[in-house]
Amino acid sequence: MAGPAISVAASMVLGGVLIAAIGRDPFEVYQKLFVDTLGNTYGIGQVLFKATPLILTGLSVAFAFRAGLFNIGAEGQMTIGAFGSAWVGFTFTSLPWIILIPLCVAAGFAAGAFWASIAGYLKARFGSHEVINTIMLNFIALALVSYLVNNIYLVPATIHTPEISPNAYLHRFDELTGLFKGSPFNLSFVIALLACCLMYYIIEKTPTGYRIKTLGLNRNAAVYAKMNPGRLTIAAMAIAGGFAGLGGLNFVNGYKHYFEIGFTENAGYVGIAVALIARNNPFAIIAIAVFFGILEYGGLTVNTIVPKEIVTILQGVIILMIITLTRYFDKKLKLKTA
Amino acid sequence: MEDLLTLAFVLQTLRITIPYLLPSLGAVYSEKGGVVNIALEGILLGGAFAATAGTFYTGNVIAGTIFGVLAGLLIALIHGLVTITYKANQIVSGIAINILVFGITKFFCKILFNSSSNSARIPGLETLGLPFNPFLLLCVLILALTYYVIYRTRFGLRLRAVGENPEAADSVGINVNMVRYAGVLISGALAGLGGAWLAFDQHSFTDGMSAGRGYIALAAMIIGKWNPLGAAAACLLFGFAESFTLQFQDSGIPTQFIQMLPYLLTIIVLAGFIGKANPPAADGIPYEKKD
Repeated sequence: MAGPAISVAASMVLGGVLIAAIGRDPFEVYQKLFVDTLGNTYGIGQVLFKATPLILTGLSVAFAFRAGLFNIGAEGQMTIGAFGSAWVGFTFTSLPWIILIPLCVAAGFAAGAFWASIAGYLKARFGSHEVINTIMLNFIALALVSYLVNNIYLVPATIHTPEISPNAYLHRFDELTGLFKGSPFNLSFVIALLACCLMYYIIEKTPTGYRIKTLGLNRNAAVYAKMNPGRLTIAAMAIAGGFAGLGGLNFVNGYKHYFEIGFTENAGYVGIAVALIARNNPFAIIAIAVFFGILEYGGLTVNTIVPKEIVTILQGVIILMIITLTRYFDKKLKLKTA
Repeated sequence: MEDLLTLAFVLQTLRITIPYLLPSLGAVYSEKGGVVNIALEGILLGGAFAATAGTFYTGNVIAGTIFGVLAGLLIALIHGLVTITYKANQIVSGIAINILVFGITKFFCKILFNSSSNSARIPGLETLGLPFNPFLLLCVLILALTYYVIYRTRFGLRLRAVGENPEAADSVGINVNMVRYAGVLISGALAGLGGAWLAFDQHSFTDGMSAGRGYIALAAMIIGKWNPLGAAAACLLFGFAESFTLQFQDSGIPTQFIQMLPYLLTIIVLAGFIGKANPPAADGIPYEKKD
């Protein structure tokens, strides 16, 4: 972990210089950013709430990476997935929770999987590069849900869809246990943790996972072993997209209970950084997502001293530092893209 | 239909096309040299902010424009440093830079204008008594020059060589990294200029005002098959489509489908449905010198 640790430290120093340059005290800002944020259960709840979608988009990018595919499309997959969960939640309102919640989860996964598999199919069938296609699909997804929300499902005088049935709620821990008082931290986090276990299980314990790993490590070996690279590419993208699709549950079923444009807050792109730093390890992803969660929520706690965008700057600098310094501190983290 | 042929409609189309065209031509320089530049989105945004701040403090739009171009060069330099010198992944670098610039522009907008979402009002570019903005002429000039530079000059030949086959270029004594830096920096200057136009056109800076134009520019370059004239034609098509929806709000075509157009076309072109789209062979691959 030398590379990422040094990169984060160097980024904090650069951020500190910037804070000092505008005449504020960097130590005070960092003190608030970390200590005040994590000093009470409300703050911890907020951090875990912010970390939840990042775990899922991180998994999405990591899973595709294991197949040698670079998924820049988690943002769009999460958007489509969230709309799928919301649609099920506000359409089948009479269903009991024991059916409706699994249905919302399945819809989120399926919608995200479908969206990502478009890029998988294009790669398998026409050999067109998944990087550009997933970027393009992000924008198409945004325009598509914008059409669905604004022209079909808009609740008048709002900018969102109808509310989902209370039977589709993924409840806050606050309501269930009284812990993390006031924070929107909810049961989606448990789904995110289960998804990490699922990725581990698929990759390490199933034949499909074995083939996906082989494809990622050496495409020629996979072909020689009579594996079907095209089908594996589509399958890997679909599963990756499914993880990203679940990322919408946190907002839709766990927090606001409706779908709204712009809820992703770049989680799809930050997920790339999460996967990169965690080296595509599903359990390391949890820790890294929590770290980015601290940054995201911490921005609000320091906003009285410096503009909260300091954390956006830190996110960008950390990614640049990691991909730059890695070469010198940790050769193993070198990015592999097909 | 005669509404389409009015001067106002044509000018509106061109006005919308400019912030696609300039970064798109920039993308041609960068990618012909073998460097994928997703950071164009951030460069547009950074250019717009620097042009706004520069104009606000100097009171001079020319000075503001220069600030915009300088910001573009600076951001492109970071992309070059990370991807050419340190050979890191070009896509990740671009995305990180876009996140970084989004943060930095909001951060300094808050410091300078006491609002992280929009700046004070700035003057726009004067038309100097002409029926159209002279900036349009500059863009046409840049387009012609780009075509000439890439296909008719020694530098253009070298740029294409390091993008197609860096080993061969290296073996005949071309400094691969230097030429790639030149391509990336030119793309930064052009996208910075595009950002400045965006700010003058809207008379202020607003957060995230590049609004995906950098990606559309990239898409236009792909649809134009890495050729400056093709890229310009694609930009004009997008500008026309957007202008059309503005003009005919009640045409029945939802604006979202017009918004999808560039991205859908890119996917179709990449899949090879409209002839073959051949990117430079070494596009996206850092050059590792073998000793």
